Amino acid sequence: MSTDTVLKRTPLFETYKKYGAKVIDFGGWGLPVQFSSILEEHEAVRNEAGLFDVSHMGEVLVEGKDAESYINYLVTNDVTKLQINQAQYTAMCYPDGGTVDDLLVYKLASEKYLLVINAANIEKDYEWMKQQAKGNVTLTNISADTAQLAIQGPKAEKILQKVTDTNLAEIGFFQFADHVTVSGISGVLVSRTGYTGEDGFELYLAADKVEALWERLLDAGKEDGLKPCGLGARDTLRFEARLALYGQELSSEIGPLEAGIGFAVKTNKESVFLGKEVLAKQKEEGLKRKIVGIEVTGRGIPRHGYKVFSEGGEEIGFITSGTHSPTLKKSLGLALLSAEFAAVGTQVKVEIRNKQIEAVVVKTPFYKKS
Amino acid sequence: MNTRVEGRIHMTNATANLLYSKEHEWVLSLGENRVRIGISGYAQHQLGDIVFVENPAEGDELTANETIGTIESVKAVSDIYSPVSGTVVSVNEELESAPETINEQPYDAGWLVEVELSNPEELEALLNEAEYQAFINEGEE
Repeated sequence: MSTDTVLKRTPLFETYKKYGAKVIDFGGWGLPVQFSSILEEHEAVRNEAGLFDVSHMGEVLVEGKDAESYINYLVTNDVTKLQINQAQYTAMCYPDGGTVDDLLVYKLASEKYLLVINAANIEKDYEWMKQQAKGNVTLTNISADTAQLAIQGPKAEKILQKVTDTNLAEIGFFQFADHVTVSGISGVLVSRTGYTGEDGFELYLAADKVEALWERLLDAGKEDGLKPCGLGARDTLRFEARLALYGQELSSEIGPLEAGIGFAVKTNKESVFLGKEVLAKQKEEGLKRKIVGIEVTGRGIPRHGYKVFSEGGEEIGFITSGTHSPTLKKSLGLALLSAEFAAVGTQVKVEIRNKQIEAVVVKTPFYKKS
Repeated sequence: MNTRVEGRIHMTNATANLLYSKEHEWVLSLGENRVRIGISGYAQHQLGDIVFVENPAEGDELTANETIGTIESVKAVSDIYSPVSGTVVSVNEELESAPETINEQPYDAGWLVEVELSNPEELEALLNEAEYQAFINEGEE
């Protein structure tokens, strides 16, 4: 918890203290890793609801006559399939098939899109997007002026519905409503998306209004068990649901197919796109390595970067993410392994502090909401 | 941050006779040359929910200030440093299935190991409760 480096802050930074946040350095941002306890917060989201400040995420507006064709060139998914008020998960790749970032594309209007990118990648992504710009498009980085809250969990809709007249039941998964009034705060984009494996919403609004919304939502959700949640729980929740984290499952070295988000890679779409050739070839020839779930059956917790070995002692890959799963109470990991060892049931070993610990390849997601 | 408050709460009663290391271990003298070792209330709070403990084994020889095991919370992996030198004579086996005991009772049921000291003079280098509290407060500012 060094105070020597100046950490970037979201508009809610001062508010965290009131709720007992333990603030850590997350990619240069001072963000709450937890408020009460990661396990308690994790459980709140699985059973009731949790509220996350994710204002550190980046937002870039893409506008203009050629916005659609430009984005379709930039990303791996097919944005021509998007209707207005729909969102899509996608990857953005380098020509060599490595990943620049994973992101959400919101279609706000026929020539206006909102791209939501990872906090640690904002500058890199924005530069990349500008470099690749073609035709009549305008890019605006609105990250600093835009805040985001995520309300997640089985009771998220019930709680949010208390404070808005917009009928949330009409917003389907990966759809959104724009210009919604929530708790008397106008101009909120309400999206049924999330990063927890539960139902829930992500709310985008002007940075100067987020503190009021945070307080009012916590108030409205109190009787339903809504808890303020930190990045620790966000990570264990997304991990159990096998949602990729850039820098771990995805990177400039790990492509979207290898990461297991092939559903967001449309090599058959009409337009040319960055990384298409390499990704199409990977699809055709089969992957040499891929990310799989593993369960450590011996004693130990797999962590990012730990090496994985075959039963025969050959190094076959490494752990991308791992933890003690709060919901399943097991020691679980995601591992990037040589494809020949990727079949469910394959016995492997994880090197934990110089010891080889028994593990087995298992199905993912580890957790799926019922 | 409320860790300081928590630390104080944990440190009122049973903790007055403890010695502390700057690595946040506590040492309780059990008489003769035998001590019990654990981690402080402050340390467990900093770590968060503890989900895994790797203790040394009975009979292991420990050297002061060297790593003797690992504590993992949901988020973090932390080394345990021995505050003393000696031989492990007892290990808290309960922690294997219930590591959260360290969060719940860091000074009681959450102890780690008992050690037969080989160099009892090392105890003199450790902090008393007031010194340890001052050490924590310093780090918080």
